[in-house]
Formats: sequence, structure tokens, C-alpha cells
Amino acid sequence: MNSAKIEYNIGYIDEQTKRMIRRVMLKAVAIPGFQVPFASREVPLPRGWGTGGVQLTASLIGKSDVLKVIDQGSDDTTNAVSIRKFFHRVSSVETTTDTTQATLIQTRHRIPETPLQEGQIMVYQVPLPEPLRFLEPRETETRQLHALNEYGLMYVKLYEDIAKYGHIAKTYDYPVIVNGRYLMAPSPTPSFDNPKLHQSPALHLYGAGREKRIYAIPPYTDVESLGFEDYPFEPQAFEEPCAICGSTGVYLDQIITDDKGGALYVCSDSDYCANKFAQLSKEGEGVSE
Amino acid sequence: MYVAVKGGEKAIANAHALLAKEGRGNPAVPRVEADAIASQLPVLTSRVMNEGSLYDRELAGRAIIQCQGDVVEAITLVRAYRTTLPRFGYSEPIDTSALPPQRRISATFKDVPGGQQLGATFDYTHRLLTEPTEADISIENGGADTAHVDQPRITDILGSAALLEPDHEEPWSDPEPADITREPAEYPMSRAARLQGLARGDEGFLLALGYSTQRGFGNTHPFAGEIRVGEVMVEFDAPELGFAVPLGRIEVTECQMVNQFMGSHDKPAQFTRGYGLVFGRAERKAMSMSLVDRALRADEFDEQSDAPAQDEEFVLSHADCVQAAGFVEHLKLPHYVDFQAELHLVRKLQQEFGEQHADEQEVDQ
Amino acid sequence: MPILEVSNLGHRYGDRYGCREVTFDLWPGEVLAIVGESGSGKSTLLKTISQRLNPTEGTVRYWATDGTPLDLSSQTEGEIRRLWRTEWGFVHQNSEDGLRMRVSAGGNVGEPLMANGLRHYGKIREKALEWLERVEIPSSRVDDPPTSFSGGMRQRLQIARNLVVSPRLVFMDEPTSGLDVSVQARLLDLIRSLVSDLGLAVIIVTHDLAVARMISHRTLVMKDGRVIESGLTDRVLDDPQAPYTQLLVSSILQG
Repeated sequence: MNSAKIEYNIGYIDEQTKRMIRRVMLKAVAIPGFQVPFASREVPLPRGWGTGGVQLTASLIGKSDVLKVIDQGSDDTTNAVSIRKFFHRVSSVETTTDTTQATLIQTRHRIPETPLQEGQIMVYQVPLPEPLRFLEPRETETRQLHALNEYGLMYVKLYEDIAKYGHIAKTYDYPVIVNGRYLMAPSPTPSFDNPKLHQSPALHLYGAGREKRIYAIPPYTDVESLGFEDYPFEPQAFEEPCAICGSTGVYLDQIITDDKGGALYVCSDSDYCANKFAQLSKEGEGVSE
Repeated sequence: MYVAVKGGEKAIANAHALLAKEGRGNPAVPRVEADAIASQLPVLTSRVMNEGSLYDRELAGRAIIQCQGDVVEAITLVRAYRTTLPRFGYSEPIDTSALPPQRRISATFKDVPGGQQLGATFDYTHRLLTEPTEADISIENGGADTAHVDQPRITDILGSAALLEPDHEEPWSDPEPADITREPAEYPMSRAARLQGLARGDEGFLLALGYSTQRGFGNTHPFAGEIRVGEVMVEFDAPELGFAVPLGRIEVTECQMVNQFMGSHDKPAQFTRGYGLVFGRAERKAMSMSLVDRALRADEFDEQSDAPAQDEEFVLSHADCVQAAGFVEHLKLPHYVDFQAELHLVRKLQQEFGEQHADEQEVDQ
Repeated sequence: MPILEVSNLGHRYGDRYGCREVTFDLWPGEVLAIVGESGSGKSTLLKTISQRLNPTEGTVRYWATDGTPLDLSSQTEGEIRRLWRTEWGFVHQNSEDGLRMRVSAGGNVGEPLMANGLRHYGKIREKALEWLERVEIPSSRVDDPPTSFSGGMRQRLQIARNLVVSPRLVFMDEPTSGLDVSVQARLLDLIRSLVSDLGLAVIIVTHDLAVARMISHRTLVMKDGRVIESGLTDRVLDDPQAPYTQLLVSSILQG
């Protein structure tokens, strides 16, 4: 059997589909925090591995873009490597690990520590876009609740946490109200990252491929993490500094160093950590001279 | 000093090399070619075409080999490839009544116009492992059993006597059907959209759901009105030509399930139907699909609707094997960050618990 | 001005009417009992009045707090939900239908407050505790889920959840059936005193004439989907006019 060689379009997805996704993204930007349904396509990744993010990136990416892909904050985790290679193969766009150089950052589970700038676009891979899903399994009902601005149910969950534990026990995918209207799931980023969304100069786009939803936080939009007046939102914080670069006020990964309970904590953002470490070494050299 | 783990790229390359080696198996055994799969495993190929939503035996064969027989993975490959194909139009509806059936059976009437025709079927075979030589002898004896008489669809015969609900309501504006690959699904769905979802739905999932309706979870009293397998012509109406152009033939399996219905305030008692249509030879899938289609129509007939197979949102949002497999398997991806967040919380809760209990002990003393 | 005006109301299931040609007014602070055997259409009527089922015919008019009359079947889903959040309550026969079984008692009572925008944990909890006390649930149970409660406690919790937002109109569907007789009596006593303290208008559906006698001002008797007799409860039960009502009353006396 002679098989024809398969040629792919730039960015993999065909132009009609890209146009459709761009229209949906524009609608999402126009209604901050609202989940816009879209006819999600299959891409060469399994569902649940970032197919939403990949479709957004594929529809946004152009010749002048510089792409950064992170997973768990790191450029070097397997899924980040795989997605970066995929886009390099189908769009031959320039890639980087440097947050400040990137125009487009596709991410799973983190927002970079380096502050984002105007003109940058964050693309999030979203597993479950519906913040009310585990409180109400039916899409027909949750859409009603959003339409009618009925979010009492979400507060019941927070109330139960406080009654049980003395504080809100949601640590990631911590729900937010966007622009004072829509309840939104910020994807499974740690609550540590939530404050970075409020009045951010960058555009944040969220793509849920399997669930077929796109939503957005436009630049300079109010993003309020839920809480009670007497139990306000408190992002998680780490007491110890990074064991490599010494940074504080950053999100840390725990590294198990032996089988006797030994552990140390290092930056989850690998690019940020490398830069800080380089800076530190330079300063160190300066002192020795 | 600790150095963060690097080398994701290298690890991935190594893993892929090992995968290729595993797939090749024993080098002394000849490699299986895609055309061998497409021609000798037609049922498997049909499944990949159905759930991959793409009629292309050759690509399905390639996908099956590339995935080392992992059928869900092969379906994912075909779907991903399908994404890259531009849509240049929609074909005319196929006419299954005109297909010269290779197989055509009805469980509702002993003698039907045009006759019963068994065709290629595993029915009535003894499920015994055969020796390869025995299989070859069977082939030599295999005769063409293709009828040349008219074989109208059983449902058309029943329908003309108004015993069976019509194909569609009268008057009918023949609306453009939905296209679930181009428009996001919204519940409740149209029946056309639902049927598309079922056609690409996981065979095992639909089988189990269809089975559940036979066991009292949404009973619909089904009879296999007709199952037919054969090739039909696909035609495309090119606007610039003004007439339909034949594009080629595809093999399909159609199942019309006939179901009991007792009538209501507005309607006399008549039979209703569930419909299944799939690519290639995939009879079990077509039957399961038609059972579930009928179960999902409960609201249309004011039937009690409380079984899983009658729940549109439950069935359609969990039927797709590409979605289901991907999301289950994504649990293999790193979740360091969210796990760390939870770890942090559990530690804090344990610490607070300890402190609280220490306080209580002090109070006790 | 009545709070509710029901005229010629009917609901049809397929080719059969669940209830038909029902007409009555309900006044603020009035307790109306709808009695009848099972299958008489009383629960269908309650659901149709409260917009849980669409009326096939007839109308239901409701006078909102601000005095505007609303034709309920022409209201949007949003408006009906707003009424449920702020002005109406519904006490179900099965507490599972009216409570979140895996949420604590405090969360169950607090939810309507949160749905109406209260965002202060301390105040929500204080109000929840106050209501648990009013329905005689020990405050030590505030963090326990209803699954750990007895049947009587669950119904009392349901009542607290409904009354915490000070509704004007409460629908009750056989709230005491399925409970032991002594528990029933205590619950009815509680309902009666809360209803009169708060000046609630109530429509209560029951198959039990003793329940109607104990808490209602007026009674409608239903049979085969229609109202066959209505009047002040004492009059209907002491001097029934319709032969069917006479039969119902006498069977109670004998029973």
C-alpha cells in the first residue's frame, strides 16, 4: 500500500477552525470570566493533557511570537517539553524559557513568578472549567446558576470548610469572581498564584478542550478570590526560602532527598530560580574580587 | 548542593525508542503491514473508523499498527488527523434503502419481502478456536450470497400501515442537521446531534448502556426490526455544478430497533424506533446505538425517565472514548503543584489538630 | 388584598388530569390545608401552584412584597428563583429533597442567607444557631450533617432552612407523614407556633385530617383532581357537607 505523505497546516489546525476559536476568544474577552462553549477539535495530544491550551495557542501563534511552555512551573517537565516541541514542529516559531522574552506562555498549574507585562498572553490548560461542578454535576443547572448570578452554593462549600477546619481549605483552583460578575475556576493553579490575576497587565486565556469551553480575564480586570468578610481569602505561603536561589515569597516544590524523611524546598518556577541563582553567583564573584 | 532534575527531552526520546522496540516485537517475525490490518481485521478497522469519525480504512490500519493494537489510542490518532482536514462541504444523505445488502435480517417477521439474508456473520458459528487450515477451507466454500431482489426496509413496510412512527413529523421543514464536530454541544440536544454523538461513542460504553435498558433500567421493549450491512454511494452536491456527483462507496451497518409504545393523550398506540448507523461492519455497535437512541427519546413520549441510559447529559458527555481515556490517563501527568498545596494544608491541619488536643489535655489536667 | 389568587387551575399528565378547575384565594397569615386520599391530586395541585409543574390551564397570581400582582406562569425562571430565595419556602415530605444531606446543619440553614448575599461567616453562623434553637435542635449539632439526624430533627432543620430568610408564603407537602405519632405532634406544635409568630401564609398538603384540624384555618377537600368541599376547617370537619368528606371524617373517627 502506498501511503501519501501527510502535510500539516501551520499551527496544525486548519484556518477555518482557527478563525472560529479566535471568535470564541474575542467573545470570552468581552464577557470576562464567562465560559464560552466552542466546538473543540481533537489535536495530537490526548484529552486532559492540554488540548484546550494547545488549540488556543495554535490559533494565536504567529511568526513574530516567542513561545514559552511550562508545566508545574517548569519548562523542563515532560509535558511542557512535548508541547513546546510540537509547536516548534508545526509552526517553527521561536521558543524560549525566559518569561520576559515570551509573547505567549502556555501553562499548566502555575503562573510565572516574574511579573507579567502588557502584551503578553497566558494560555491555561483547564481540566474542569466549571467551578460549581462538584457542588452541582449538571451543566444545565450550573449554566442557570451563572446566568442568574446565584453563587450561594459556592459559599456553602467555604462555610463548611471554616466550620470544619477553622479556615477555608481550598488550596488550588481557588474560585474567583471576575469583573464583579462571573464565578470562575482559575484552573488548578495554587491559590498562591491567585493574587497575580487581579489587575494583571497581561491577557489570560483559559482553554478546556475536553469540556469545550474557553474563558478569559482581559488585562487590568478585577479578580477577587472568594472569602467571607471575617474570613478573607488567604493565599498559601511558604516560610522557608528556596534551597537553590534563596528566594522567598515564591511557590516551592518539595524535593525528597533521602528515605529518612529528608526534604528540601526549591522554586517551582525553574526559569525564575535559574535567573536568581545566576544573579546570586555573579554577586558572589563580585564580592570575591 | 541540590540540582533540579533536568533532561526531560532525553528521557522522552529514550522512552519513545523503547516503545518502538516493543511494538516491533520479535524481529524474526515479519512486520504486519497496514494493508493487512485493513483487509484482514475489517471489524477492528471499522471500530477505529467509527469512533475516529473518519471513513478511511488505510489510515485506520496505519493507526492500529502505530498504536500496537491499542484501539483507543488509534482512534485518538485518527481524530487528531481528522482535525487537519478542511471541510469543503456536506454530502447528500445516503439512501440505505437502496443499498444492495450483503446482510439483511429482521427479528420481527419470519418472511419479509426480499427475504432474510445472513451474509457475513459470527452468529451461528461455534465459538471454538479453529486451526488456520480449517479457516482456509471455509473460504473456498464461501459463495456469493448477494441477492438481486428488492429488499425494502422493514420499517418502511410497517410505517406505511401507520403501525410505526414515521421517519419524521409532518409537516417537516427538513432542517439542517446539527454538526457536533463544528458546534459545541448544548443540552438538551437535537436528535440529530445525539445520534452523531452516539455514532462516535465508545462501543463498550454504549453496549453496557443498551444492555442496561434490557434489564429494566429504562425498559423500551426492543425488537430488532432490521439490521442491514452493505455498500452505499456517497454523493456530493457541488454548488457550481448544480447536480450531485458520486464520490465513492462506503460500507455501513444500519440497525432499526422497533420499540413498543402504548400511546398517550395525543397519540394512538404505535411502535416507535431507535436508530443506529455506523461505518463498516459493526453490528453490535449499531444495535447498542439504536437501543440508547430510543432510551434517550423518553421525554418525546412522556415516559418515565430515571435510568442512566435515558439521561442525555450523562450518556453524551461520557460516551466519547477519546475524552474519557485522555482524562483518566492525564492523572499520570505531574501534579506536583496541586499536591504540594494539599500537602501544605494537611500538615497545617495536623499541626492545628495536635495543638488543639494539647490544649484540651491541659484543660483536663 | 390576598397573597395568592388561584383561578381555574389545572395540570394534565399525558391524557389524564392531575388536578383541574381549582379556584381559591389565600390571605396573608392564613393557613390553608389541602386534604384528600393519595391520588386525589393534592400534591399535583401544590406543585402547580408553586410553579414546580407548569399549569395546563388557569392562572396563579401572587402579590409580591411591594404590592405588585404577578401572574406566575408568565414570570421568568430568574424571577421565580428570586421569589424562592426571598419570599417563598417549600417543606418537602422527604427531607432528602429539601436538605443538602452531606452539608452540616449550619450550612443548610446558612445557604439561603449566602444565596441572598450575606458574606460574614460569624453572622451566618449566629443566625443559623439562632434558628436551630428556634426549631429545638441542640446547638452542639450545628456542624453535623442531616444524615446523622432523626426524621423529626431533619424536618425541623428543613423548616429552619426555609424560615431563616423570613418568607411570606410557605408550601408544605405532608411535612409530618412518616414520623412517629409523638414526633408528629411535637413538630405540628412547632409549626403552629412559628407560623403564628411570623404571620406566615401557608398551604399545607396532608392526607391526615388531624393535621388539618390542628394547624389550618381553612380546608379544601380534594377527590379525583377536583375540590369537592371547602370552608373553615372546623366547619368542614365538624359538619361535612359532601358525602365523600363525611366518609373521610367518619373513617378517621372510627380509626
